[in-house]
Amino acid sequence: MDAEVSDARIVGREFDIEFKLLIDAIYQMYHYDFRGYAMASLRRRMRAAMSRFNCRTLSQLQDRVLHDSTVFPGLLDFLTVQVSEMFRDPGYFLALREQVVPLLRTYPSLKVWVAGCSAGEEAYSLAILLKEEGLLSKTIIYATDINSGTLQRAAAGVYEVERIAGFTANHRKSGARSSLSDYYTAAYGRAVFDKSLKEHIVFSDHSLATDSVFAEVQLVSCRNVLIYFNRVLQDRAVGLFRDALCRQGFLGLGAKESIRFSSHAGAFLDFVPAERIFQKRAEL
Amino acid sequence: MNLAGRVDAVVIGGSAGGIEALSVLLPALTPGLRSPVFIVLHLPRDRPSVLAEIFSRKCALPVREAEDKEPIVPGTVYFAPNNYHLLVDNGPQLSLSADDPVHHSRPSIDVLFESAVEIYNERLLGIILSGANEDGAAGLAAIHDAGGVTVVQSPETARAAHMALSALKLRPADCVLPLDEIAKMLRTLDADAYPERLN
Repeated sequence: MDAEVSDARIVGREFDIEFKLLIDAIYQMYHYDFRGYAMASLRRRMRAAMSRFNCRTLSQLQDRVLHDSTVFPGLLDFLTVQVSEMFRDPGYFLALREQVVPLLRTYPSLKVWVAGCSAGEEAYSLAILLKEEGLLSKTIIYATDINSGTLQRAAAGVYEVERIAGFTANHRKSGARSSLSDYYTAAYGRAVFDKSLKEHIVFSDHSLATDSVFAEVQLVSCRNVLIYFNRVLQDRAVGLFRDALCRQGFLGLGAKESIRFSSHAGAFLDFVPAERIFQKRAEL
Repeated sequence: MNLAGRVDAVVIGGSAGGIEALSVLLPALTPGLRSPVFIVLHLPRDRPSVLAEIFSRKCALPVREAEDKEPIVPGTVYFAPNNYHLLVDNGPQLSLSADDPVHHSRPSIDVLFESAVEIYNERLLGIILSGANEDGAAGLAAIHDAGGVTVVQSPETARAAHMALSALKLRPADCVLPLDEIAKMLRTLDADAYPERLN
């Protein structure tokens, strides 16, 4: 084995050691807990952050994170920000509309939790869907995330106009009863979503890793968040969803996510398996 | 090139013309292969992938669509699902991500290759096939830099040569070969999982 090869190996090992130290430093200093995150994605994001902050090693990055408080918010964006789309996977929204909404209608008031809302695309999509179905006026949507910077952007509800064509196409496929353009005003290359939607969304700071349940809800939508967690943290999150949901409440996950391996799997029934929509059992 | 004793895993990436290329390579994988095989093929985003289904019939090994947090089983062929990145994670296990597309692609070959290098280091074989964009070049370079084995389908035999050319522009490959030669090479991968299992 030549020298270059063994170097590569040592570098990999050093990286893993520094990685753990940095994650721990962030937890102690800023109380953000990434210890239960899946390593592979986080590693990739850390490497991107290293190049953004001109750090040759994670130890250098750790030095800056600990001693310069202006660096951390930028790093947090690297570690958490998720670009989604409105009505991503239109089939999911169609299934909500056709199969879940009829049951949601039976409640006098509705609470919906969008866990890990990032820039708010999912929360606005659900607000539009519920408005089209005549349910928004009796609904509060809690949209939560750990990144307060992202939450502010989400609350502003402003998206680049170039993204709107994709959103509109998705919206149509979701069984739309109105035009997406009814819900935003476009100006200066940006689309600003309506106050009438925002009035029903509460954006708030919440960590699936460290916080607990804050309300009883009829629907939890948490898509493409659990894939970033290891099994232990996934289990914690699904446990929170179970505790937050009312009896026979609904849980929607991402297209490639499952509760099959969770210790809480028994608390749920498959409701629309193809779209990963689960229902909490009545007897719980 | 004889691969006996050389690698613990295989990663393959392709785009336009990739399905034809895999139709030559996957039948060459021997039953009892010790390495897992991870594949990213670019596909239209809004259709569910049927790759696993198609190639199950053409391959002696189990062929599956990768699932999140699935423990990696030796001798299994894993395809990245549509619209998700596929990564190899500690364990080793599989991990999916919905991060931004890389080179307009999700799944991205770079993401798979670079994550696999972190786990397998120099004991990784990377293969770049036919394709019309430059995804995979940086990933193959990472395998090269870690001391792994890199193979590129010879550009003149690829339906779309851009992917192979991009990879070769970034780093020299250990082998630049037509598909039937790559297939021959794959037959030299260690395949002793069966005898061990029988004992």
